[in-house]
Amino acid sequence: MLRYFVSKLMLSILLLIGVLTLAFFMLRVTGDPVSLMLPREASPAQIATFREAMGFNRPLGVQFWDFLTRATVGDFGNSLHYDSPALPLVLGRLPATVELAAVGLLMAVIVGIPLGLAGGLNPGSVLDSIGRFLGLLGQSIPNFWLALILILVFAVQLRWFPAFGRDEPKSVILPAFVLGLAVSSQILRMTRSTVLEVRGEDYIRTARSKGLHPRTIYLKHVLRNVAIPLVSVIGVQFGYMLGGSIYIETIYAWPGMGQLLQQAIGWRDFPLVQALAVFTSVVVLALNLVTDLAYALLDPRIRYGK
Amino acid sequence: MSLILEVRDLITKFYTLDGVVNAVNGVSFSLEEGETLAIVGESGSGKSVSMMSLLGLIPSPPGRIEGGQALFHGAQGTQDLLKISTKELNEVRGGQIGFVFQDPQTSLNPILKIGDQISETIVRHLGMSQSQARNRTVELLGEVGIPDPQMRYSNYPFEFSGGMRQRVMIAIAVACNPQLVIADEPTTALDVTIQAQVVNLFKRLRDKLGLAIIWITHDLGVVAGLAERVLVYYGGRVVECAQVDDLYEYPAHPYTVGLLNALPRLDSRESRRLVSIEGTPPDLLTPLRHCPFAWRCTHAFKRCWQEIPPLYPVEASHMTACFYNLEKGVVRDE
Amino acid sequence: MASSAFIPKADSQLAVKRGFMDRLNYLWRLLWRDRSGVIGLFMFSLVVLAAALAPFIARHDPLAQRLSDSRIPPAWDTGGVWDHPFGTDSLGRDMFSRTIFGARVSLTVGFFGVLIAAILGMVIGAIAGYFGGRIDALIMGPINLILSMPYLLFVVFIAAILGRSLLNVILIFGITDSPIFARVTRGEVLRIRESAYVESAVSAGARWGRIVFDHIVPNLIGPLITLATFEMSAMIFYEAGLGFLGLSVPPSVPSWGNMLAEGRKYLSSNPWLTTFPGLAIMFTSMGMNLAGDWLRDVLDPRLRRARK
Repeated sequence: MLRYFVSKLMLSILLLIGVLTLAFFMLRVTGDPVSLMLPREASPAQIATFREAMGFNRPLGVQFWDFLTRATVGDFGNSLHYDSPALPLVLGRLPATVELAAVGLLMAVIVGIPLGLAGGLNPGSVLDSIGRFLGLLGQSIPNFWLALILILVFAVQLRWFPAFGRDEPKSVILPAFVLGLAVSSQILRMTRSTVLEVRGEDYIRTARSKGLHPRTIYLKHVLRNVAIPLVSVIGVQFGYMLGGSIYIETIYAWPGMGQLLQQAIGWRDFPLVQALAVFTSVVVLALNLVTDLAYALLDPRIRYGK
Repeated sequence: MSLILEVRDLITKFYTLDGVVNAVNGVSFSLEEGETLAIVGESGSGKSVSMMSLLGLIPSPPGRIEGGQALFHGAQGTQDLLKISTKELNEVRGGQIGFVFQDPQTSLNPILKIGDQISETIVRHLGMSQSQARNRTVELLGEVGIPDPQMRYSNYPFEFSGGMRQRVMIAIAVACNPQLVIADEPTTALDVTIQAQVVNLFKRLRDKLGLAIIWITHDLGVVAGLAERVLVYYGGRVVECAQVDDLYEYPAHPYTVGLLNALPRLDSRESRRLVSIEGTPPDLLTPLRHCPFAWRCTHAFKRCWQEIPPLYPVEASHMTACFYNLEKGVVRDE
Repeated sequence: MASSAFIPKADSQLAVKRGFMDRLNYLWRLLWRDRSGVIGLFMFSLVVLAAALAPFIARHDPLAQRLSDSRIPPAWDTGGVWDHPFGTDSLGRDMFSRTIFGARVSLTVGFFGVLIAAILGMVIGAIAGYFGGRIDALIMGPINLILSMPYLLFVVFIAAILGRSLLNVILIFGITDSPIFARVTRGEVLRIRESAYVESAVSAGARWGRIVFDHIVPNLIGPLITLATFEMSAMIFYEAGLGFLGLSVPPSVPSWGNMLAEGRKYLSSNPWLTTFPGLAIMFTSMGMNLAGDWLRDVLDPRLRRARK
């Protein structure tokens, strides 16, 4: 298993380098990064000073190497808007996004797994149909739209929850719900299809031929085999939420990384955008690694295998 | 010797998108205590389905058992396996009738320890505690020929070879001293050398525990060393049933003759071409009102296309479902 | 095996007579069994029709502004008129017409985006799968990289850099979504390449071109069509999302995302500005998801079994 983990780690590091490369070149996709970051009316003198200050006049290779080496120590330059180091700004926003994603995941799991189980164990039943319909809804509703609707109904008209910000404990409920909805439908579908798949496996037939109590078969044989891929899915979804919260945070004015991204784009503060992109990727990659580890621990074929 | 199993007119169908598959069309046979019965037939002839129907192992949305009875004369008295409740069936499954499946690769739960998969049935049926069951399991593993059973108890299926996995499956099937073990092509997925070992294992267990065995196979060669009686299946029906030697020496059904002719023989004096049977097996989607073998039979005549032949006695405990008397070369007179 | 001399497969008989009527019958039974798939296809067709016939269905020019008519509620509300069934937006533009025309943007982005992604992905994936070895590793490296990155983030990043235009959006989606097509194609090509079926065809002397067309392509169609349906649905979402952030097509163009972005400003006072584009997206997405689910059930196992 150690080999498994080490190889995954190496892969992650490689991916990280890839991400950094991508982030570096994205800024230069239009040719001149300066034009991205300065307003159109900037004078040639301003452009020149800016270019020199940011080091864009150096050879590309030198810039790239500099970027890479600095990135490894967390130096992404200064945010243009705040005129202070970019990475700490991003880090400051991390807790809020994690809180949002965690609560959203909790909601998604509480709804998605039971319904998925019910659907997989009794396909075609009423509960299954309800579950599948909810799953479909969750997948089809654009989350930014739902966010707006929920604000209208629950915050403005019913006044149960605050519409913006992170001031009260219950502020997290509406945004987390919206964020978690699409995820819950993924989890529901995944659970349902995995349960159906496992139930059709030969070893379940063997379990039945042993005359085991149905409850034993479900708990010991079916659920355990379902749990393993499910852990993987949940981990991936969590990563998806961490990286995809921009709409929710924007709408609910939630002070997380997503909101910062949207603001940074508005300010054309690309060093900050870059830092955000790279850092979010790092978090997601780290999460994937942890998920892989969990998977390896749970599946004896990987844990004890070669 | 008393009867342990009596199956009458078993009918099982599968309702699929392509239509209704008539997998088992009225199968009847009996089995005595301690007897070894072989069921021979090609893929799709209904042999596995009929046995799995007995134990309720047919997946029930597409599959349905539509008729017949299966009287099992077990330690708990006589029960019709097709009509008892699931709860009662669960007492029989594993406890009185064991089942060995064909593919040991997929028939074991990959994430549970081997020993655990054996001891769980012991705990279930023999009411032992976990540690007692564990001890018995270790004994069993030794019985079926797994070396170093103490350590192997805690291994996972992927750490075993195919042959060893099948031994584990056998251990599961016999763990609770059942009266009957049904083995569905247990050696098909194994190497030839391992096949012989597994067959020997079955013999040993049979003699030691007094097991009745139903052995499903498409390989007549394997059957010869183990079985006492043979049922030949075709198109979801029993077309011949006989003692082993009688079947080989005096096959009474044209299909059986064809099967035997297709076997390469090491001991034949003249060189002989392998003869295959012309044609393909019947499409089970259309319910047949005539002999299922009629298309491919060189002796078929008018009556074969008009009625389904019932089983006719040929001689003592030798029956065949054919209107043609092969031995005499004429149409059978009733 | 002793008696393997004549063991024919039981279902070889099924390759018998499947005439046109049989196939039609079969298709009908499939549709009926899974009615939701039909509903999905129906919903999707409605959207396509609406987009195609937009100039005929819409009463007004979606771009025509009449400030005097701004922010009229939908027809069934007080103050609404039937001339503007969905009301008007802050610049007096008819919401109904804009919603209908918005379908054009979404479907165009979805369709062409998927087209580009599929073609690009298939070529890349096929090359990787067919040649294997180092070429495979070289190609799949960046592909896996892109697949494991937070997608939304980078799409937003690139969109912010490239600027607002329909072409940009299509290109962005086309390129960033090709990895998933590449991975699926590669998987299928590898699987088929290793299969005994192809080995025997090769040993029988079949030419490379034949192998591709007779064996590889039919097996690819199923998974790819299903994938295309889901990805198209996702692209419609993403386009709307980008529009919402002001990164999609230029603001005057009626796209559902743009409309949502605008409507947000008037959320509590004029909720209909957000309701209709949102419902439109939901309707389209639902239809495509249902259809995609049905397609997956229908195409995948069938094709695999038939072409073993």
